[in-house]
Amino acid sequence: MPTLNLLQAVNDALRLEMRRDNRVVVMGEDVGKFGGVFRATAGLYEEFGPERVIDTPLAEGGIIGTAIGMALYGLKPVPEIQFSDFIYPAFDQIVSELAKMRYRSAGQYTAPVVIRTPFGGGIKGGLYHSQSPEALFIHQAGLRVVAPSNPYDAKGLLLAALRQNDPVIFFEPKRVYRAAKGEVPEGDYEVPLGEASVMREGDQLTVIAYGAMVHEASQAVEEAASQGIGCELIDLRTLWPLDIDTLVASVQKTGRAVIVHEAPRTCGLGGEIAALLQERCFVNLEAPIRRVTGWDTPFPYTLDEEYLPLAPRILQGIEDTARYVA
Amino acid sequence: MHSPELLLRMYRKMVLLRKFEERAGQAYGLKKIQGFCHLYIGQEAVAVGTHEALRPDDYMLTGYRDHAHPLARGADPGMLMAELFGKATGYSKGKGGSMHLFDIEHHFYGGYGIVGGQIPLAAGMAFASRYRNEDRVTVCFFGDAAANQGAFHETLNMAAKWKLPVIYVCENNRYGMGTDIRRVSAEPEIAKRAIGYNMRGESVDGMDVLKVFELVKECAIDCRKGRGPVLIEAHTYRFRGHSMSDAATYRSKEEVEEERKSDPIPKLRDEIVLRKIADDAKLDAIDAEVKKECEEAVAFAEASFEPGLEELQHDTWVAPGEADQRPRERVRGVKVEWPSYPSGDQLKVSWELEPKAGHLSVVKEGAKR
Repeated sequence: MPTLNLLQAVNDALRLEMRRDNRVVVMGEDVGKFGGVFRATAGLYEEFGPERVIDTPLAEGGIIGTAIGMALYGLKPVPEIQFSDFIYPAFDQIVSELAKMRYRSAGQYTAPVVIRTPFGGGIKGGLYHSQSPEALFIHQAGLRVVAPSNPYDAKGLLLAALRQNDPVIFFEPKRVYRAAKGEVPEGDYEVPLGEASVMREGDQLTVIAYGAMVHEASQAVEEAASQGIGCELIDLRTLWPLDIDTLVASVQKTGRAVIVHEAPRTCGLGGEIAALLQERCFVNLEAPIRRVTGWDTPFPYTLDEEYLPLAPRILQGIEDTARYVA
Repeated sequence: MHSPELLLRMYRKMVLLRKFEERAGQAYGLKKIQGFCHLYIGQEAVAVGTHEALRPDDYMLTGYRDHAHPLARGADPGMLMAELFGKATGYSKGKGGSMHLFDIEHHFYGGYGIVGGQIPLAAGMAFASRYRNEDRVTVCFFGDAAANQGAFHETLNMAAKWKLPVIYVCENNRYGMGTDIRRVSAEPEIAKRAIGYNMRGESVDGMDVLKVFELVKECAIDCRKGRGPVLIEAHTYRFRGHSMSDAATYRSKEEVEEERKSDPIPKLRDEIVLRKIADDAKLDAIDAEVKKECEEAVAFAEASFEPGLEELQHDTWVAPGEADQRPRERVRGVKVEWPSYPSGDQLKVSWELEPKAGHLSVVKEGAKR
């Protein structure tokens, strides 16, 4: 089995599905001849041509709006928004048209657009190349929101996303685009949407993370283990719909939970997960659910490592939560 | 010379649009229709002239003033009225209401409540038909105010660059809600904006159904030949308010009275009588038939039930294994034709998007008036 990084895994999934299904069209700024700003679509233009790997004007609203029209009309467009920070000009199209198509037509049609977009900080990108806007899309009924942490999941989740009929926002963790490496099967496989992955079992505390922060959480969990704190680590993989059953089963066992995300704390996904867990696991909880997250500030340039909830902050959160006595 | 059948068909359709809207306005007054309701009265020539110039399998989208377009395409008036009434027998089970009508069976891909939101979608649909090497045309209506939205400009650039078979019809009724379009537009002649995108721009009297018909017919031929998109500005006028709650302080009664003189329906009726295609008695009979049809539509909507609570949650996502819902099958129990698309392995992509060396822009006309 070849070892790929996360970018190569995304590229592999797109290539495989484009070979299999002529309805699949990749589009976006610089995705064709240039191969994508991160090279995620490298080589696709050469193999599939300009009609299927389309260099669009720099107009995010136009890109997503056009993609919705293509999908209504039986194609499977995969628009790339170059950085998730650039998605806001398309926010109206995503929220007002894409997310609501099925509902307001009462099932007459759907728009299965898969929007790929790199998200998260840690590349010194500053305010407009670092953000994590996933909660804004979870807040819109009708969208599936996915965020893989590793190459195997990235390929399998992307293939699954391309083969179902709801719109998907596919967030790719750019901090680990090249750093996250792993064995990826050459052929076809899917990782089902809506299923979290228990990466490590433990019975004292549950750590919940996604995207690039899974790798930081993993380090923190290793460190905690050496201090005798046995953590269960869960990678959400699909952020919405949330695999709440897996989270509940874990917290019923451990009684303690730490939720990690890069996005700002207030109204972030962590707050929603904490609420869902206390509704379902109130009697099992032995400590307040803790969130280790980005700050409620714009994303800074110099202090980006301080902004992110990296392993030391996560470990602190684990220790505090593990030691908590009511 | 236009055939007698065409003129009579257009007449009947325009009267249908008018009477349907009059009944909708009455029902709104009686609180049978709630929320928002935007009547098309006065603009009938644009929707009918355009529809008659198209093939039944061409695609159509519009903004929120959208009752007329699906009616022109042949949608079921009772089910449209039921949607306005918020009933389960409506096209969208009462989930959409007045501004969000859909009838895919008749290739009407929606009314859109966000001004200009439908403009890029139409380009995507036209892209898909080029991609599949079909000769279908997509027609997208929008109002004068939508021409100031970013989506309009982004999309014209893409549609022209990719030579998409899409006709953009701006229904310029002079007012964006209560603001005269000339007060907020540096260039109020919207057709002129086509020049900036190297596409064909045309201006037409939108109160004359035959002029609209002729222009759209000719533009559709161009589109089918791959000559790229067209922007049509149809100068029209709505005789009623922007919506049902419109104090009309932004225009004078005299202006409205003056414009009523160019009502497209009597204009066509006079033409029909002049050409001795039908006499007043026959036309009155058509009026009476259509009136009855609209009364039946209201009766159907009134007699229908509201959607059940289970509909609140249903259709947010595609349920596993669920096929697309066909409204007339669901409500009327009739078998309907539904658009189908080739699967991924049947589909052949034969269109060339990238400009070749020596490739010249086919359309150079620019905007005319």
